[in-house]
Amino acid sequence: MAGLAASFGSGAMSNSMDDIAGQAQAFFVIGSNTTEQHPVFGTMLRRAVRFRGAKLIVADPRRIDLVDFATLHLQQKPGTDIVLLNGLMHIILQNGWEDERFIAERCEGFEEFKETVMRYTPQMVSETTSVPVEKLHQAAEIMGTHKPMAVMWAMGITQHISGVPNVLNLANLQMLLGNMGIPGGGVNPLRGQNNVQGACDLGGLPNVYPGYQKVTVAEHNRKFEAAWGAPLSDKIGATVTEIIPDILEGKTHALYILGEDPLMSDPDTAHIRKCMEAVDFLVLQELFPSETSHYADVMLPGASFAEKTGTFTNTERRIQMVHKAVDPPGEALPDWKIITRLAKRMLHGRTLSPDAPYAGWEYSSTADVMIETAALTPLYAGVTHERLERGERLQWPVKALDHPGTPILHVGQFSRGKGIFHPIDHIPPAEEPDEDYPFVMSTGRVIYHWHGGQMTRRAQGLLEVYSEALIEINPDDAARMGITTNGSAQRVRVSSRRGSIEAQAWVTDRVPPGMVYANFHFPDASANELTQAALDPVAKIPEYKVTAVHVEPA
Amino acid sequence: MTVNITINGQKIQAQPEQTILEAAREHGINIPTLCYHKDLSPTGNCRICMVDVKGARFLQAACATQVWEGMEIETHGEKSIVSRKMTLEMMLANHPVDCLTCEANGDCELQDLAYEYRVEVPEWGTKGTHYPVDSDPNPFIFVDFNKCILCRRCVQACAEIQVRDVWGVAQRGFDETIVAGADTTMLEARCESCGQCVAYCPTGALTSKISRGLGRAPQVTKVTTTCTYCGVGCQLDLNVKDGKVIGVTSNPDAPVNGMALCVKGRYGWDFIHHPDRLTKPLVRQYLLSDQPKPKGKLGEWVEVDWDTALDITARKLSHARDTFGPDSVGILTSAKCLNEENYLMNKFARQVVGTNNIDHCARL
Ligand code: SF4
Ligand code: SF4
Repeated sequence: MAGLAASFGSGAMSNSMDDIAGQAQAFFVIGSNTTEQHPVFGTMLRRAVRFRGAKLIVADPRRIDLVDFATLHLQQKPGTDIVLLNGLMHIILQNGWEDERFIAERCEGFEEFKETVMRYTPQMVSETTSVPVEKLHQAAEIMGTHKPMAVMWAMGITQHISGVPNVLNLANLQMLLGNMGIPGGGVNPLRGQNNVQGACDLGGLPNVYPGYQKVTVAEHNRKFEAAWGAPLSDKIGATVTEIIPDILEGKTHALYILGEDPLMSDPDTAHIRKCMEAVDFLVLQELFPSETSHYADVMLPGASFAEKTGTFTNTERRIQMVHKAVDPPGEALPDWKIITRLAKRMLHGRTLSPDAPYAGWEYSSTADVMIETAALTPLYAGVTHERLERGERLQWPVKALDHPGTPILHVGQFSRGKGIFHPIDHIPPAEEPDEDYPFVMSTGRVIYHWHGGQMTRRAQGLLEVYSEALIEINPDDAARMGITTNGSAQRVRVSSRRGSIEAQAWVTDRVPPGMVYANFHFPDASANELTQAALDPVAKIPEYKVTAVHVEPA
Repeated sequence: MTVNITINGQKIQAQPEQTILEAAREHGINIPTLCYHKDLSPTGNCRICMVDVKGARFLQAACATQVWEGMEIETHGEKSIVSRKMTLEMMLANHPVDCLTCEANGDCELQDLAYEYRVEVPEWGTKGTHYPVDSDPNPFIFVDFNKCILCRRCVQACAEIQVRDVWGVAQRGFDETIVAGADTTMLEARCESCGQCVAYCPTGALTSKISRGLGRAPQVTKVTTTCTYCGVGCQLDLNVKDGKVIGVTSNPDAPVNGMALCVKGRYGWDFIHHPDRLTKPLVRQYLLSDQPKPKGKLGEWVEVDWDTALDITARKLSHARDTFGPDSVGILTSAKCLNEENYLMNKFARQVVGTNNIDHCARL
């Protein structure tokens, strides 16, 4: 979460789900289909709206389920989030709804930011976003007069070429309103996968060691060299969206992939296929054969969550135990054991510095691994399995064994000291609809499936209720093209500059005219055949939310 | 300000807003209930929690009666016991007697109360089946309203926890029944298959369809763990029998979600034992015969032991590192795996291989 780190010095969800649901007077949900992607949190929001009368503003090009509960739905054109936010902040400033004291005491960069925002008049914002001026005023008024307000977003904000600026602008909004560091407020990126937070926290990123200690900072580098007893690279590594294409550049020669399926989850599938065909060696550690396994040279059978003990960290930085319930099938092993065995083999014959305390790979359990992790990771310094087993509830930073954890970040002060306002200008999407490709396609998930669908397509009931890829299309567009909900004319072909898929049409006003929505759960009609590898220049996140496509009856 | 009351001779300080039931439970005094659940607003219609209040002519519903200064309560007086027995007898008269094969056996509040109060299904009971068994096509939820005691917990759970309002009460002749929507199927009534109604149902009226016949409460071991799907991080209990996961139930102490789960967390577990699971290390034939990698089709998979698979992998990764440099190796760790495993992948990339080319699918 590069955007939040730039504003506040820490990039995670600032608040907890229960203080948000229990204490916010208003919610602003933008680019998050919360009830389908984070269902239980979605129901917490629904409860707050129904039983507590909290206001809910949903900004989403689609009429998602949460809209049924919304006080206001802003249906901005895909890729115009920055403009929308600038417009709202413009109106907030015009009416004097900003929190002057918070801005003066805790933030910097306000004047320059204000200058930018004041250029975004409601009229112009309305033209670019196609949100009526009146609704802009209504939304700004709710935001300005209901404190605290919590902001939530997900991939609908980050999967854009302007992902980082989008996030910076949401941070601007919350500083402007003084909604940081208080229960019921905050900036809250909802993390998708169960342990995406943990993977980020513990060094699964090319630029940082565990706990976001930068590889480019000499002090951090020395710390890990001393701990692990080996010379380490101080050069920022490549991201997933670079590592794989780098195969064709002759830079990547071997890949070790743990539990991921780039053929389903990465943009521009055709190109990924070419890359995978060209790699010298690919080892895949997985539960199931996947689309990617066609290109693998070795497959190692790993374990599911039900077969191992350890921890996950949820979207609100809460570290929780995972307990082994059953043995892995056949000869499959818990993944930590596989990694450990492989490491020992590769280190064989190499001498590591003998007095490095954590050079070795002798772990009798994941509890041992957590002790090492805690010793090297200030955010997790006080985390042990023992504390968690005792029922302690820990959200990082957990600074020491007797520290109770941190349910809300940025109380009294931001991690970096002062919060920074960043002036943000509109960045149009990399690919806009044109004559040949007149529709905007957006992608995402549905409630019944998960990501590439490797697990959910193997859960009988889930497959029964949602058994094939559906393309959502607006009734007006469908009627114009002779696509109906029944009879033979219900399949559509959707093509982009990169590929084409065929699937069942779902004629629904969930999508506005001119837009279609597709998912990537099913290999025979995966939306990623069509998406492009246009990346946000900082976060290197692909632009999944805006692809120009052509739609026709199949 | 507190209110002084006496329950079964025990002096208690209660809060003024509390009901008799809440005050009693807070002090560890048991008053039996069926329709009441602490997470849901009380409906007061099962009449099981009737207690004697000194000075009152009739028994009072403990779940719906607020305490007052000087109140004196008997929870298990003769009148209460007789009343409870009669209520239970009425319920059982309309209840199938198939505890032998019922999914909920051992996890049924009606059964427990019948046992405690020694109430049998009365001779005069109809015992018949009024409603079709398995009356709803929902793929996860098995509906048998013959076992429904009209406690309305499902109605409340869907309205108050899930906020979906699928269930309602309908009047059909003399019979009250629970119906989905305007008497449609659950899915047509916009059910999200979260199973909240199942979790709160005190009997076998709503049970898990996909766990049916696989094992009942007394036979399972419950293992508390964290959901594998999304970042909300719900905790849940895996129900294990004979080394297999046979279902998921709510764990009321779950920090984030309490009893609530979504369809994936509650009903998305059967992938664990799917026959497609990889059970042995596999390598391509060419690697065993020391051939160069074929262009195009990679050839047959061969099952090997762990040593062989790991030796080959270590050799190949070391070869790339030593020939083209550490940055020629790319490592993708997993947002599905444990924190500890992610730490180890990071250590593997940086210490063992010597590269920072490590990432995962957070961006995707
Ligand atoms: S499964 Fe969930 S949504 Fe469906 S009826 Fe039950 S509580 Fe309501
Ligand atoms: S039960 Fe549903 S909401 Fe809860 S963590 Fe699992 S997938 Fe997320």
